[in-house]
Formats: sequence, structure tokens, C-alpha cells
Amino acid sequence: MRKYTPKDNVQKKSYYTDRYWVAPRVPQTEVEAGSHFADVVKALGRKAKESYVSVGQLVIHIKSTDNFDVMKTLKEECGYTQCSEQSAVDYLAQDGEFELFWQLLNITEAKRVRVVTRIKEKEAIESIEPLFRSANFAEREMFDMFGIKVNNHPFLKRILMPDDWEGHPLLKTYPLHGDEFASWYEVDKIFGKEYRDVIGPENRDPARIDRYDTKRFSRVGYEVPFGADISEGEKEQPIEYSETILVDYNKNSSKQLDERR
Amino acid sequence: MQQPNKLTPFFENLNFERDDNTMVINFGPQHPSAHGQLRLVLELDGEQVVKAYPDIGYLHRGIEKMAENMTYNEFLPTTDRLDYIASTSNNYAYALAVEKLLGIEAPRRAQVIRTMLLELNRVISHLFFIATHALDVGAMSVFLYAFREREYAMDLMEEYCGARLTHSSVRIGGVPLDLPKDWIINMISFCDKVDHELEHTYNALLQENRIWKMRLEDVGVISAEDALSWGCTGPMLRGSGVNWDIRKEEPYELYGELDFDIPVSNRCDSYGRYRLYMEEMKQSTRILRQLVPMYKESDPQLMAHAPQYISAPKEEIMTQNYALMQHFVLVTQGMRPPKGEVYVPTESPKGELGFYIKSEGEPYAYRLKCRAPSFFHTGLLQEILVGTYIADVVTIIGSTNIVFGEVDR
Amino acid sequence: MAQHQVNYASAAGLPIALTSVDKLVNWGRSNSLWPLTYGLACCAIEMMASGASRYDFDRMGTIFRASPRQADVMILAGTLSKKHSEFARRLYDQMTEPKWVISMGSCANTGGMFNTYATVQGVDRIIPVDIYLPGCAPRPETLQYALMMLQKKIRRESANMNNNTKQNLRLV
Repeated sequence: MRKYTPKDNVQKKSYYTDRYWVAPRVPQTEVEAGSHFADVVKALGRKAKESYVSVGQLVIHIKSTDNFDVMKTLKEECGYTQCSEQSAVDYLAQDGEFELFWQLLNITEAKRVRVVTRIKEKEAIESIEPLFRSANFAEREMFDMFGIKVNNHPFLKRILMPDDWEGHPLLKTYPLHGDEFASWYEVDKIFGKEYRDVIGPENRDPARIDRYDTKRFSRVGYEVPFGADISEGEKEQPIEYSETILVDYNKNSSKQLDERR
Repeated sequence: MQQPNKLTPFFENLNFERDDNTMVINFGPQHPSAHGQLRLVLELDGEQVVKAYPDIGYLHRGIEKMAENMTYNEFLPTTDRLDYIASTSNNYAYALAVEKLLGIEAPRRAQVIRTMLLELNRVISHLFFIATHALDVGAMSVFLYAFREREYAMDLMEEYCGARLTHSSVRIGGVPLDLPKDWIINMISFCDKVDHELEHTYNALLQENRIWKMRLEDVGVISAEDALSWGCTGPMLRGSGVNWDIRKEEPYELYGELDFDIPVSNRCDSYGRYRLYMEEMKQSTRILRQLVPMYKESDPQLMAHAPQYISAPKEEIMTQNYALMQHFVLVTQGMRPPKGEVYVPTESPKGELGFYIKSEGEPYAYRLKCRAPSFFHTGLLQEILVGTYIADVVTIIGSTNIVFGEVDR
Repeated sequence: MAQHQVNYASAAGLPIALTSVDKLVNWGRSNSLWPLTYGLACCAIEMMASGASRYDFDRMGTIFRASPRQADVMILAGTLSKKHSEFARRLYDQMTEPKWVISMGSCANTGGMFNTYATVQGVDRIIPVDIYLPGCAPRPETLQYALMMLQKKIRRESANMNNNTKQNLRLV
């Protein structure tokens, strides 16, 4: 019977997990009363569904439809003037949802806030590009990598992958080595589909050694002429070394290897 | 209109549009002053840029996808290839993020060595910036001088870790090796050399150079609000008069104990940024000198003691059974960090380099996002190139100091 | 090149050098290899370092050119991504004959450590390669050695390019 491989997450998995092992959690602490973070949570009011401090940064969970308002409050009332990073995490296999996060920075207080939300697979998110221009590229990248649509983005187009690319690479369903389309992309684009047979499939096995390949890499110790066909067996060409231990510069007793390339 | 075919695809280099008399030109992706594989599509009215559209992704290698398919220690050498001009800063940012996730701290000597390597990498990166920026603007000799000094620093790095460019010199939980004999002496003489050359070669060649000033002054002006909004960090932000350096504001490693200044320029232009880079190199040598006594005072322990996550030292592995078992598990399966997420910013030579790691308690990261400063600086190009002349485009690209390894990842 | 010593005074005439056309042409070709600066990734930094003051490739007649029309040898330094691959082929096609290709670094040779969806697994899938240069990133000395190997290769070739059997794939 063929081994079962899950189709919804094709990333590499650990081959062994102790079934009694429970992973610890990164510590999360309550927001201290009177601190700067407490003011932030207060300013957001009921829009902050859940908030805690983790590794020195405030994490706020919000509703996905609130994201623009929350960012606006954070920027205009709490002084978070820079959006350092924004992206998504794929939880489609477990929950059918994407987790989105925005990482904001307050320069005067030297504090960071991470805003987290979840959206369903086909849902779109509101662009925060009018508030933070850095979202221009970041949202395009998110669209490119996950296929998450962003409403009211000025120029939502693929950014890292070519325009005619198929698939969204950072989804868990997308294999690391790429799909059929990806593996022939450059051949199809440059030479056309009819050249697939001429060029052949990609070698994805880094440890593969083709012992009949006499064109690409040297066969150390078993050298044959370049491009020779050795599938029928090859002529023995033993390497001969000088018999004396010291270097012998006498030409008569040492053999010149003038045959090999 | 040209018919597109396989070898001359849709977008050709030149395209005249008759109706509004603008010309669209294509710049890159293979262009010697594009700092890698930047492709810019510029719409020109005469010599003035009306619209700029940076097209990136020509060096996209799927590094974030690789992180999801590699154990934490396996992934570390891949981070070298992000910002390949200052590799150690990437290694360090990644190692620090994982350490924060695990909740461990590197021992004192490892911290000293890491800080030394980070500052040495900052000097390497800034020298490279001066070299390429000057070359783009047209000062060829500065390129030759700066590469000469950079080679000394590369020799130091090579003596420590064995590689010139892709160092992998930092491990999760510490550093693998102690400094070689006489390394400190060589480093101090390198600092002297850099300080001397900064004063007598680069300053003499560039600072008051009439052509240099004409090409750089009031070119690529970014206001402080724009810089913040576009996500600029590092010298791009400080060049706009915002006093923000993560080393000072959110100190990591030994930066809290060291005495150094953060240069800030409120000129907002390329010349101000160039002055910043020069001044930062001086501060880096100042930090390097301060680290020497700290190194001598520290204990020789190099890796943190956290047997659950990090292999024991070699002597223990060879003598103690339990350490050997732990080592075997860590090598074959990889460490299993706690569940949770962490975002750790560091000040790389280009700006804020942060790693967001989402862990599900597995040996493979569930998601790793690299916050690369150059990515956002490239986004800024579509704003600041508009209205400039085509001769200044190269200057502006040079002064943003983008590296395509980390733009495209 | 067989150069005979000529005593100009006693010969009272022309300085004479005897050689074959192949050797003369290949002597010229191999000693003025002008590479196209095709910096793609990390290896490009080492390529720049090899052109700069310490390694100084100019002394070998290797002067980096920015245009494919003026270049003889394409040094593909770094990772070639699938998005970039068509441009690499176009630049190769734009170079004038005779032309050679050095694939610098593991990424260009085989895809190297980037065994992912976005990387071309070896540039020999799209352009014929003469010299494969291992290393990640190769040191400038390695690039120097590769150029010397290429010079050797050129000197062995026939000056008439049609006589050479280009063993690598040559499509289109």
C-alpha cells in the first residue's frame, strides 16, 4: 500500500515525535497597568479582542474588518508611525484560515506592537496603504506569496514571482521544489514546450551522480574523453603514480598523462 | 508596435508613446549600477522622470520557503545569502530571534565576539557602500581604495571563520570558536588603518570634492514623515533627521554597555547619508576598540548551556553518555523550540533586519518572515525617483544601499 | 607563439615571427578576455573583488564590460532565478561570436543550496557552459584559475569557430 501523505500540508515534517511530549509555550504576560501598552489597549477599547505582552512586545488580536480603524488609532493616537512588517501565516490545513500580522513601531517610546487577525480563505483584507506607505510593497508580497486579496490597494500585482506564474509559493500546499509548471518554467518560456524532451527534467536530487554523464563534471580517477559514450562499458585507464616516494623529475621513470583531458 | 515573441518578449527596451510625448525606458535587471538585479521601468518626459516602477523578484530564491523545510540549525547558513555583503549580521539576527524564542542567552565571551564581528561587518558593508556609490557616481579611484581596506577586514573574517563572504560565524546560542591568536592585534591595527584612511583618503577625495557635492547634494530628498511612512530604517531614516538606532533604543548584545554615538543628519539628501556612513565607520572602530578589554575579562565559555536545545561542548559529548544522546537527538531531529511567535529586530548595516518566527513546537519553523530593510528602501524608489533627472537616478539607487539578496529573499 | 630572436641590425630588415593562423588568433582571443559583468548574487561581490585592487584582473587583460556586445565571456556569477532566466538567454544571444560562458558558483552550476521552486537548477539548462566553477562563493583566486583554464581551452580550439564541435547544447 502506498504511504499516506497529506495533501493540505506538503512541507517537511519531523520523522519522529514523542507522543507524550507537549511543547512548552513562549511566555505571555498580562499588560501591566499604567504602562504605555495599557494606554494603547485602552485607546483601542473593545476593538482589541485579546491583548498580552510576549517577548517585550504587545500583541493585539483584532477582528479582520477592524484592521484599518485599529491602524489609524495606533498611528494617530498612540504614535505608532512606522509599519515595519506585515505578512501572513497559512493555517488553511488546520482551521481554513490565514493569520495576518502587522508589526508596528513607535519611535518616541521605542515600543513595538504586533496586531494579529485571522481571515477565511477567500476573504479579502482592507489595505492600510493610505496610512503606511510601506504597506505598498508588503501587501503586494503577501498577495504574491499567499494569494490574499487586498482591497483598495493602488497596484495589487505580483511582485517577486513573474506575472505569468501559477500558484502562490508560501502556501503549505505548494511543494518546496515547485509544481509541474514551475519545473518547466524557464524551458517553456525561452525555448517552448517542444524542447522539454531535449533539455530533460530538472535534477532535484543533490546527491545524484550519473556515472554515464561525461559532459558536465569530471569523473575523478576515472577520466574519459569529453562527451564519450560509456554506456556500453569503458576502457580501463588506471592512474599511475611515481613509484619512488620522493618527487622524481627523471622523465624516463615517470609516465606523462597526455591522453586525458 | 513590435510583435512579441519568445526571445523579445512584450516589454522591449524602448517604447515611444505619441499621445503624451513621454518615453518609457527599461533599466536592468542586468545593469552594472543597479546593485544587483533591480529592474526599473522609468517613464521620462525629456530627462525628467515622471513615473518610476521598480520591478523586483529577479533574485527570488524562496528562502522563506526553505526555512519551513529545514531545522533551525540547518537554516542558519542560508541566512548568509540574504545580505551577502555583511553576512554575520544576518546570521546574528536569525540566531538572536531563535534565542529569544528559546529563552536563552549567549555567554559573555560569545557576546563580545559577536559584537566584534557585527561591527567588523558594518565596516565591511559601509566600505562596500562607499566603493560602489562612488563608482556609480563616477569616482573610480575611491572604489579601488575602499576595496583595499575591505580586503583587510575580509582577511580578519577569514582568519576567524574561514570564509570571505558567507561567514556563518554565529551559532544559535553562541559562537563556535574562540578568537585565533593575535586576532585582536590585527583587528586593532585594522582599526587604526581604517581611521587613518577615512581621514586622509576618503574624506580628502570626496568630502569637499566639487563634483561629488554637485552630484549628491539635494538629490534624493526624503522628508522624515515620508521616511517613516515608507518603512525606512537605518541610515536612510537617520539621514532624514530621525534619531533612531536599535542599538541604542532597544539594546541587544553588549550595545547597552558600550559608549558610542549615533550620527544623525537632517540634510535629508544623498550627501547627508554619505556623511552618515563615513561617521558610522568611525563609531564602529570606536566600538571595536572598547571591546578588547571586555574580551580579556570574559570567561572562555562560548556556547550557552541549554541541553534541551543546544549540544554540549565536544569534551562532554566525548566523555558523558547523556550529552552524546542529546547531541544525537539534536542532530538527527533538530531542536524543538516552544510554541509561539517572536519578532526580533536588529540594526544591520542597511537598517532594521528582523526575523519573525512562528513555531508550532516542531523542529521545522511553521513560518519565518525576514524583515529586510532593503525591501522597503526599494519600495521607496517609486516615490523619490519621480521628478528627478535621469542622471540622478543612479545616485539615488546608490545612496539607498540596497542589496538584492535581501530584497527578493 | 613561436617567436624567433631577430637581430634587427644584422638582418637589416623586417622583424619576423613565424606562427600558424590558429595560434595567432587564439593568442589574441585568449589574452583579451573581456567578461560581461553579469553579477546576480553573492558571487558578484567576489567578482567585483577580483576586479578591484587586490586581485586586479586587468593585468590579465580581463576588463569587465557592461555591455554584451563588447564582451567575449559571460561570467554568470550567482543564483539564476526562473524570473531572470529569459534575460540571461537574451544577453547570451546578444553577445557576438566567439563567446564563452563561465558558470561561477554552486548556484549557477547546479542550483546549489537553493533547491527550490524559484531557482534554475543549473544554468546549463538554458545556455551552454564552458567552465564550471565550484564554491559558495568561490574566492577570487578560483575565478582567476577558471579564467586561466578558459584561456587554455581557447588556445586548443580552432580559430575558425565552425570547425569546433561545440559539445554543449546549442539551441535556437
